Amino acid sequence: MGMDRRNFLKVAGLSTLLAAGGKAAVDILAPGDLEASMKSVPLSEGKRWAMVIDMRHLNEEIMDACTAACHREHNVPDVGNTKNEIKWIWKEKYEHIFPGQQHEYASEKYKDQFFLITCNHCTNPPCCRVCPTRATWQRSDGVVMMDMHRCIGCRFCMAACPFGARSFNYGDPRKAPEDLNPDFPPNPDYPTRSKGVVEKCTFCAERIAKGMMPACVEAADTIKEDVLIFGDLSNPDSRVRKALRANYSIRRKPELGTEPNVFYIV
Amino acid sequence: MRKMYDGGKIIAGLIIGVGLLMSPFFFNLGKAAKAPTPELTEKAREAGQCVAPKPYMQTWHMQLLDEWRHTVVREELRYTGEESGDLLTRLLSDKRAILSGNTGDFYDGGAEKIYYKSLQTTCLDCHDNKSKFCDQCHEYVGLTPYCWDCHIEPKETM
Amino acid sequence: MLDKALRGSNRYWWWILSLLAVMAIGFFCYLYQFKMGLKVTGLSRDVSWGFYIAQFTYLVGVAAGGVMVVMPYYLHDYKAFGRITILGEFLAVAAVTMCLLFIFVDLGNPVRIMNVIMYPTPNSILFWDMIVLNGYLFLNIIIGWNVLSAERKGMKYQSWVKVLIYISIPWAFSIHTVTAFLYAGIPGRHYWLTAIMAARFLASAFASGPAILILLCLVVRRYTRFNPGREQIGTLAGIVTYAFVLNVFFFLLELFTAFYSQIPGHMHTFEYLFVGVHGHNNLVPWMWTAALFSVIALVLLIVPASRRRESTLTAGCIAVFISTWIDKGMALVVGGFIPNPFEKVTEYWPTAPELGITLGVWATGFFVLTVLFKIAVSVKEEVGA
Repeated sequence: MGMDRRNFLKVAGLSTLLAAGGKAAVDILAPGDLEASMKSVPLSEGKRWAMVIDMRHLNEEIMDACTAACHREHNVPDVGNTKNEIKWIWKEKYEHIFPGQQHEYASEKYKDQFFLITCNHCTNPPCCRVCPTRATWQRSDGVVMMDMHRCIGCRFCMAACPFGARSFNYGDPRKAPEDLNPDFPPNPDYPTRSKGVVEKCTFCAERIAKGMMPACVEAADTIKEDVLIFGDLSNPDSRVRKALRANYSIRRKPELGTEPNVFYIV
Repeated sequence: MRKMYDGGKIIAGLIIGVGLLMSPFFFNLGKAAKAPTPELTEKAREAGQCVAPKPYMQTWHMQLLDEWRHTVVREELRYTGEESGDLLTRLLSDKRAILSGNTGDFYDGGAEKIYYKSLQTTCLDCHDNKSKFCDQCHEYVGLTPYCWDCHIEPKETM
Repeated sequence: MLDKALRGSNRYWWWILSLLAVMAIGFFCYLYQFKMGLKVTGLSRDVSWGFYIAQFTYLVGVAAGGVMVVMPYYLHDYKAFGRITILGEFLAVAAVTMCLLFIFVDLGNPVRIMNVIMYPTPNSILFWDMIVLNGYLFLNIIIGWNVLSAERKGMKYQSWVKVLIYISIPWAFSIHTVTAFLYAGIPGRHYWLTAIMAARFLASAFASGPAILILLCLVVRRYTRFNPGREQIGTLAGIVTYAFVLNVFFFLLELFTAFYSQIPGHMHTFEYLFVGVHGHNNLVPWMWTAALFSVIALVLLIVPASRRRESTLTAGCIAVFISTWIDKGMALVVGGFIPNPFEKVTEYWPTAPELGITLGVWATGFFVLTVLFKIAVSVKEEVGA
């Protein structure tokens, strides 16, 4: 056999990429990065993953699709009440996402509209600062990651997050009401969690490691493209950088200095 | 013989204490646990070898999984054969090399397969008969690994 | 000296038995929570810390309060306190035991508690809290035990104990400062984000700790042959008074900053606690109760005649306990989460299992306290103190 490991990986990786979705995939891995990414990480230095959400073109159909896709992909249960609910990405009204920004003379467009929120994967995350076991930490590529094996369930990170992005498994997710979660768990390729650990959006770490888009971005793209844009801030030619250069964007609670990496185009 | 102070309490305590200590033997009197008979699936038999040689896997599969979960989740090294600076990983790979007879570089040369490190989607891809494979030995020694609290067991057709 | 706890009057044994019964109830409630998960509590996605952490926060203060007996005696040569330093140290042991138990029952995954030691994370305040609390526990056990043993034998304790005592004094300040840092450095919770959090904690600690110690001294004098002493209780009362005045003053400072600046984030929690927000007001009666008892405590403690009379002093100490317990416990912890980061309100109230576990832990603390005090008092009676 004339194929050595390097070549095998190149071919396997390229086919996977092309299958995953042409432009988006090539975009994350700009030409030249292809080789490095075949190693499947650590994703090479200089990466800073970010998401741009274009609020001008968002609608409820897209938002609901994002939530459904994410929660299905990651086996997030519907526990049946808002008290202990678990949500990784969801819709919330403008006045609640940007409290203090709204005023009574605001345009109707924003007053009662829902917008999409998730973990901001901050560059300066207070949640990581307080975790006593480093069960949540910031990777070198910017993703604020969760290690479910190590979390002791102290919920300090939940207290520290200024954005309410984290959820706790108050009960066993597999014991969530069956009528609300038929055929749970929906995704047999991804684990569930046990009771007593904190969870949140991880920018689909297992998907971006394979060169795929996060589940929410993929779901949004099937309805309307370029509403959720995911990419690498450290690459000046990435779609996220282009979107941020071309439009006015805001972030949640910038005065707290957490440097969120989810941007909203208004 | 000199008087044993509090003799009654001591003897009573001894009987209760020793009784409690010996209770597992009393409960299992007359029963012999069936020896474990793990079965390989068709897919596993065809594959020939697991991610590492059988003697290694029998002894060290838990440590291997531990190494995997650490390197996958915390170091983003999702495929086998990738370097990790972790001391435990390097020690375990040395052990694997010795057991398989390769004292040289274990991962290079030959048709060394690359695996995606995942209990749920790689290990259980071949060994999807958990109750006839994994559980056989685990139940015999009275072990309930908590992996299955989160990692999804394959649906077995009886 | 442990055998001193195995000999006692009928009243003593009935008390121990009742405590064990409450501990058993708490234990079974905990088994239920361990099996079902924390969903059996009143905690929610929005209010993720509640009654357990409230008790923990309050009791760290009580533990630190023991230093108010140790410091005057060892640093300032106030000989009178020599009679009761052991009581302060043993109170600290019982309080820290309860703190550690409350943290344990609050964890989602308590079997992994060793992770905090196996993966030390110096940037996390919770890591330092574990270190200082356990350190303080051992310090007080070792110091208390050695000093008491020496007293029983009519000797002076060894000099290395003195070193530990001198370490324990700043250490006491540190346990409560570190606990305050749990709250004071969190960017998203405006009720907690105040520079004087540690100062407020220390003030309320030095009020509530000695107040409880006074009550315990009165109990000891009533039921045993050991008399802690009028002068000692009187000085403690003075300490409680000053500390409590400072505590109330600090609270008023917070109110000023919030309401004079008119910044919504600063005001909202106070509004929720004292008036209610959007119809949510389940803590309002509690806050006004705390305020009322604060006023009662201030009057009873500041007026010298009432502070010197034991009946009114007792009432004053109970009032201090009630008002600090409400303010530092539920109000502080739950208030930090209300309103949530989305300016919405999710209220919190402990459930029955939660209360059962809490009572069980308090009973455990009182059990430890009773055993240790029995030993200390028996030794003091023996040497004719």
